[in-house]
Amino acid sequence: MSVREQGHTIEYPTLLKVWGALVLLTAALVGASRVSEAAAVWAMLALTPLKAALVLYFFMHLKYEKAVLKAMVFTALAVLIIFIGMLFLDISFR
Amino acid sequence: MSETVHHDYQGAKIGMWLFLFTEFMLFGGLFILYAGSRALNPEAFHSAGRELSVPLGVANTVILLTSSLFVAAAITAIQKGNKKLSLILTGLTAACGALFLVNKAAEWGMKFHHGIYPNGPGLAQRPAGEALFFGLYYIMTGLHGLHVLAGTVLLTVMAVLVSRERVRQDDYVLLENSGLYWHLVDVIWIFLLPLFYLAA
Repeated sequence: MSVREQGHTIEYPTLLKVWGALVLLTAALVGASRVSEAAAVWAMLALTPLKAALVLYFFMHLKYEKAVLKAMVFTALAVLIIFIGMLFLDISFR
Repeated sequence: MSETVHHDYQGAKIGMWLFLFTEFMLFGGLFILYAGSRALNPEAFHSAGRELSVPLGVANTVILLTSSLFVAAAITAIQKGNKKLSLILTGLTAACGALFLVNKAAEWGMKFHHGIYPNGPGLAQRPAGEALFFGLYYIMTGLHGLHVLAGTVLLTVMAVLVSRERVRQDDYVLLENSGLYWHLVDVIWIFLLPLFYLAA
């Protein structure tokens, strides 16, 4: 049997905590959407990326990956965010 | 002389991530379309969003979040050499995927019943912005649903591979990459929930 490169092991309690945080953030998001339009929009802009970050960082092991992979992921996401920003610039200066 | 088998663990994972980037862009394009359409039709999106069932949307969110926990734990289990637990958790993940699809089918069924589908009678008398909302709803949740279906099949295959020890403690990158795909499906749903179900 050969010795192979292996990934980082995340312990079960850590995974459970991340899941708990995701469920709580979902509850907060639903709660905020019932308060007011402004609260709903701000909660969506703040909590949704936070939830996605938790999944990427822990469930997808990004926290434990090499710098090159992190840089690749952040570059891809940055390109998407730039496109979304350009769309809103276009809409607001039309 | 024994056969040489080449394994490139990092390469396999980077390859999967590159594929996931194309998925980001595929859904990203649709998110941009949604954002632009909503900015131009704020009232229509607000009133159309009211018709989607928040409890169903939230239930499906909890199902996907839990399935993400299961597949992440299945990887931890295989890393620790616990084949049985990994097999159970992988199976549970696929079961959650199937449950998500059952809910989605029920939800679409209810909308179809009210004539709310592209070119349907329920949409004909409404403002164009509402038809646009439901068009985007069907395209985005439909494409996401196809990904859930693909992920469910993929995870079922992984459960078979774990049971046959083709995926095992010293070689589990297939399960890890399937997990990455499943988490991506979860991340996309995380964005779909507030955009459609909590839009009102």
